Amino acid sequence: MTDREDRPAIIRLSHVHHAYGPYQALTDLNFEIFKNELAFICGPSGAGKTTLLRLLYAEARPSSGEIAIDGSRLGDIARTGLPLLRRKFGVIFQDYKLIPGRSVFENVALVLEAAGHRRALIPRRVLNVLRMVGMDHHADTLPIRLSGGEQQRVAVARAVVGDPKIILADEPTGNLDEASAQAVMDLLHVAFIRGATVLIATHDKAFIQRLGGRIFHLKQGRLAAFERVEKHHDRTAL
Amino acid sequence: MIARHFRRALEDTLANRFVNAVTIMTIALTVMIVSAAVLVFLNAGDWMSAWQQGTRIMAYLRPAAGGAAPALRHSIESIEGVHKAQFIPRDEALHDLKARMEHPASLFENLLENPLPDAFEIQLKPSNDSWEQIEAVAGRVRSLAEVEDVEYGRQWIVAVRRVAHLFQTLGLALLGLLLVAAIAIVANTTRLVIYSRQDEVEIMRLVGATERFIQAPFLIEGLLQGLIGAVGGIAILFAAFSALAVRIDQNGLAGVVTLRFLSLEQMALITMASMLVGWLGCYVALKQFLKL
Repeated sequence: MTDREDRPAIIRLSHVHHAYGPYQALTDLNFEIFKNELAFICGPSGAGKTTLLRLLYAEARPSSGEIAIDGSRLGDIARTGLPLLRRKFGVIFQDYKLIPGRSVFENVALVLEAAGHRRALIPRRVLNVLRMVGMDHHADTLPIRLSGGEQQRVAVARAVVGDPKIILADEPTGNLDEASAQAVMDLLHVAFIRGATVLIATHDKAFIQRLGGRIFHLKQGRLAAFERVEKHHDRTAL
Repeated sequence: MIARHFRRALEDTLANRFVNAVTIMTIALTVMIVSAAVLVFLNAGDWMSAWQQGTRIMAYLRPAAGGAAPALRHSIESIEGVHKAQFIPRDEALHDLKARMEHPASLFENLLENPLPDAFEIQLKPSNDSWEQIEAVAGRVRSLAEVEDVEYGRQWIVAVRRVAHLFQTLGLALLGLLLVAAIAIVANTTRLVIYSRQDEVEIMRLVGATERFIQAPFLIEGLLQGLIGAVGGIAILFAAFSALAVRIDQNGLAGVVTLRFLSLEQMALITMASMLVGWLGCYVALKQFLKL
C-alpha cells in the first residue's frame, strides 16, 4: 500500500516482519511516511503500534524486512551509529520514560547534552520549550511530583527540544484529561507546522479528526487499511 | 562536557550514598593494608641499610704474610668499593682481645704462642654497601694470595636476605589478591548502581546519548571512589603511625628505632593506583552491563 506524493519519504518500510518468539507482532508492512507529514497509526491494543514505533527508532530490530530512516537503512547502521540515528527522533513514550531522579529541566536538557550542544545555550532553549508546554514553573520539580498530564507535557518538551526531524508519539493522550490532551495535541501540531514529520500511534479518533492526516490502520500486526482524514472532521476515504 | 560529567558523577555519588560508602570503605581498607605493607618494607629497608652501613670485612692473612702488609694494604684499597683497609698485627689483636676479656688470666696464661693471625679490617665506601657489593669485595679480597679467610657475616646476610625476599614475595601476592578483591568489590557495587539505574541508562540511549556519554559519569564515580578511598585509607594509616611513633617516643626508643611515613610521591602513587582500581572496577561492571 503506497500513497504517492512529491515529497521524499523520510520513513520507508519494506516487507517488515517482527516476531516475539512464536508470536508474530508485525507482518509484511510496506509503507512510506513523507517529510513534514502528520500521520497516525491506529488500531486496537495488541495491533502492533508500539512495536512498530520501537522498530522505527531502533529499540528493536525487525525479524526480517527493511526499514529506512531519512535515506539510511537501519540494518546498515552499526551499534555505534544508533545515537546519531536516534537524535533524528523525538519520542513521546506511552509511559513518559522520564528519569525519576532528575528534575524536569534536567530531563529535557539531557537531549541537548547528549547531542553535544554548547552548555551555555542549553538553559535558554530548555526553558523556552518548557514555557511552550506550560511547565517552566516546574523546571526544578522531580517528575514523580507531577500529574500524568504534566509528565506527558514534559515528555513532549523533551521530544521537541532538539528540533528533531521526526517525532514519534505512542498514545500521547492515552491517560490524559481533556485539557491536557488538547495541550499535547496542540504541541504536536506546532512541531508539525515547524517542519517536523509527526507519526502518532493512537486509538483516539477525536484526536485524529482534530489534527487531520494519513491514518495507517493496523490489525493483528498487518496493515489493514489506510485513509486520509482532513482537519475539521472532513473525512475522505482513499 | 567533562565538567558536566563530573557534576553528574558527584550528584550520583551523593544520590547512592550507601552503596558508594561501602565501595569507598572497601577501597580505603585495601589502601590502608597495602600502604601499611609498603610502610613496613620501607622502614625494614631503612633498618637493614643502617645495619649494612656498619658492615666490616675482616681479611685474615696466612702465617708469615704480615711482612707484606704495606703492599697488601695498597692492593686491598685499590679494590673498587673499599674505603679503607687497616692492618691489625696478630700481637695487637691478642692484646685487644685480652683487654676486652674480663678474666684473661685463666684463658691466656697457658698460651705458648699467639693463635691469632694478622688481619685487615676493611671499611667499605658508603655508596658501595649493598649485599651484592659486599659479596663482590669479599670475593676479590679472598682471591688475594696472602689472604687465608674472609669474614663478613655472610651467613647472617643470606638469612636476612632470604627472609626479606620471602616477605617481599608474600607481600606482592597479598597485594595482588587485595587489588583483585578491591576491583571485584568496586565492580559489584557499580553493578548494583547500574542495575538500579538501568531505566535511566535505557532512556539516555533512547534520546540519543552515546555509550561514552552514558559511561563517563560512572567511570568518574569510580575515580572519585578511588580518590576518596585512598585519602581515607592513608589518613587512617597516618593516625595509626602517629600513635605508634608517640608510643615509641614514650618508651624512650626514639633514638633506637627510627620510623618514617610514606613520602608525598609514594602517597600520590598509591592514590593514583587506588583511582585506577576504582576506574577499573567500574569499567569491568560497565563492560558486563552496558556491553562496552
